[in-house]
Amino acid sequence: MCGIAALQLKDPALRPQLGSMMHAMLCEIVDRGPDSAGIAVYDVERFVHAGQSTVTLLDSPSSDEELSAALAAELPSAGAVEVRTLGDTTLVSAAVDTAILTAALRAVAPGARQIGRGTHVANLKGVGNPVDLAETFGLASVSGTQGVSHTRMATESAVTASGSHPFTVDDDLCLVHNGSFSNHATIRRGLRAQGIEFDSENDSEVAARYLAMRLREGDDLTTGLENLRETFDGFYTLVVTTADGLAVLRDPIACKPAIIAETDQWVAVASEYRALVDLPGIETANIFEPEPGEVYTWEF
Amino acid sequence: MGVLNEEVVDLHVSTVRELNSALHKAHDGEHWRVTNPGGAHNVAVGIDSEIDVVIDGHVGYFAAGMHQKGTVTIEGSAGTGLAENMMSGRVHVKGNASQSAGATAHGGLLVIDGTTGARCGISMKGVDIVVGGNVGHMSAFMAQAGRLVICGDAGDSLGDSIYETRIYLKGQARSLGSDCIEKPMREEHLAELAELLAAAGRTESPSEFRRYGSARTLYHFHSENSSAY
Repeated sequence: MCGIAALQLKDPALRPQLGSMMHAMLCEIVDRGPDSAGIAVYDVERFVHAGQSTVTLLDSPSSDEELSAALAAELPSAGAVEVRTLGDTTLVSAAVDTAILTAALRAVAPGARQIGRGTHVANLKGVGNPVDLAETFGLASVSGTQGVSHTRMATESAVTASGSHPFTVDDDLCLVHNGSFSNHATIRRGLRAQGIEFDSENDSEVAARYLAMRLREGDDLTTGLENLRETFDGFYTLVVTTADGLAVLRDPIACKPAIIAETDQWVAVASEYRALVDLPGIETANIFEPEPGEVYTWEF
Repeated sequence: MGVLNEEVVDLHVSTVRELNSALHKAHDGEHWRVTNPGGAHNVAVGIDSEIDVVIDGHVGYFAAGMHQKGTVTIEGSAGTGLAENMMSGRVHVKGNASQSAGATAHGGLLVIDGTTGARCGISMKGVDIVVGGNVGHMSAFMAQAGRLVICGDAGDSLGDSIYETRIYLKGQARSLGSDCIEKPMREEHLAELAELLAAAGRTESPSEFRRYGSARTLYHFHSENSSAY
C-alpha cells in the first residue's frame, strides 16, 4: 500500500495556494505510507528559477558552499551556482542546460544520487514521517503550478530516500506508482541492453525509465502510457507529471485505488477521497474513479 | 433538520472507534447522526440493533461493513468495500461507491443512488443490491445468491463465474463474463424486480430491464477440461 496525491492548478489565481492544498492532501495519505515520502512541485520560485536548470541530489558529499564552489570551477561560464540543502535533499541551480549541469555534478559529486532534474520541477525526498518531511521542505507555503506527492509503504525494495517516489529520470518528468510490477526485471534487462542506466533496483524506476525512453522517441504522454500498459504486467496506479501536463493510468484490472476530482480551477488525483476533502470547491467537483487501463491527461 | 432525540457524533471531535463503540451500545428505535466524516474508514460498522444512522458526508473504506440491523444512510459517497459482508438491514448511499460494494454480503438491502467502481457484488451471498447508475467491471463476480439491480450500464465481464444470483440490467453490459447469459423475464421476475425498485425508491419500470444469470456450465469439473488446468 502506498499513497498518492497530485494536484494541477488550472486557474493561475490559485497558484499561491499550491503548497497549502498539497499539504492538506499529503496529511491524509500518511497512513497509507508512513516509511518515507517524496514531493515534486513545479514552478516553485523558492526551488527553481526561470532560465536556470535545477538538479536535486541525495547524499551530497560536501557542504553547500563547497559544492557551489566546485561546480563554479567546473562550469566557469555558468555564473553563480546556487546550492541549498533541505533535509536529505540538495537543490542545485545554474544557468546552463540540464544535461550540462547533471554531467558537472557527476564529475564533482560522483557519490551523490541525482533524483530530480529539469527547469520546472523540484523533487524533494526523505525517510520518515511525511508530515515532518513536508515541514522540512516548507511545503505548506510554496506557490506553483502543479505537484505530486507519494507516501511509501515499502514492499518491493528497501526504505531509503532513493527508493522514494517520484522518480524523475528525465527533464521535468515525474512518475509515482502505487502497486508492483511483475516483469520489471525483464524490462530492465532490455533497457540496459539499449544503454539505459539505472539508479536503483526499484520496479517503479523501470517504468519511469521506460516512459522517458518512449517520450524521447517521440511518443506523446498518452501514447507513451498506452505503450507502458502493453509492456508492463502488474498492479498499478500511475500518476505522471511533465512540464505542462499530468496523466493517470490504472492497470487493466484496476486493483489499486485512484480517485479524481476536477473543477474548472483544478484537477486532483488521490488514492482515497479523504485526501481531497479540504480542496476548495470539492462539494461541487466532478468526482470519479478512473476506468481500468484508460489513460487520462490534463495539460496546461 | 434533525430528528427529536437524535444523538449526534462529530468525527472532528470523536474517533471512529468511539463512534462505533457507541453505536454498538445503542438501543432499538434510536436515531443517530454522524457529522464531519471526512472520508474516514470503517464508519458505522457492525451495527446490531434497530437504529437509524445518518452520515452527513463522504466516507472511506468499509463503511457499514458487517451491517446486521437497522438502517445506515450516507449522504455522500463511499470508498472501497461498502457494506462488505452485510447480513440484513438496509444501507443507502446517496452518492457513488468505489470498488467491491456489497462484497460477500449475505442479506439485507444495499442501495447506491450513483455509480459503483469495479467488482460490485463480488461473491454476494444473498444481499439485494440496487444501483441507480453504472457498475464497474467484474461486477457480480462469483455471485452466489441474492439480486443485483443495475439501472445504468455494466462494465466488462458482468457476472463472471456466477452461481445463482439474478442480475437485472436496464442499460448495456460492455461484455458478459464466463457462464453468464441473458435469461427470459418471466412474471415472477417482473414482480420481484418491481418490489426491489420500490424498496430502493426508484422510478424505473421493470419492463425496461433484462435478466442475466448463470448458464450453470461451470458448476462441476469436467474431466475433458483437465488440460486447461
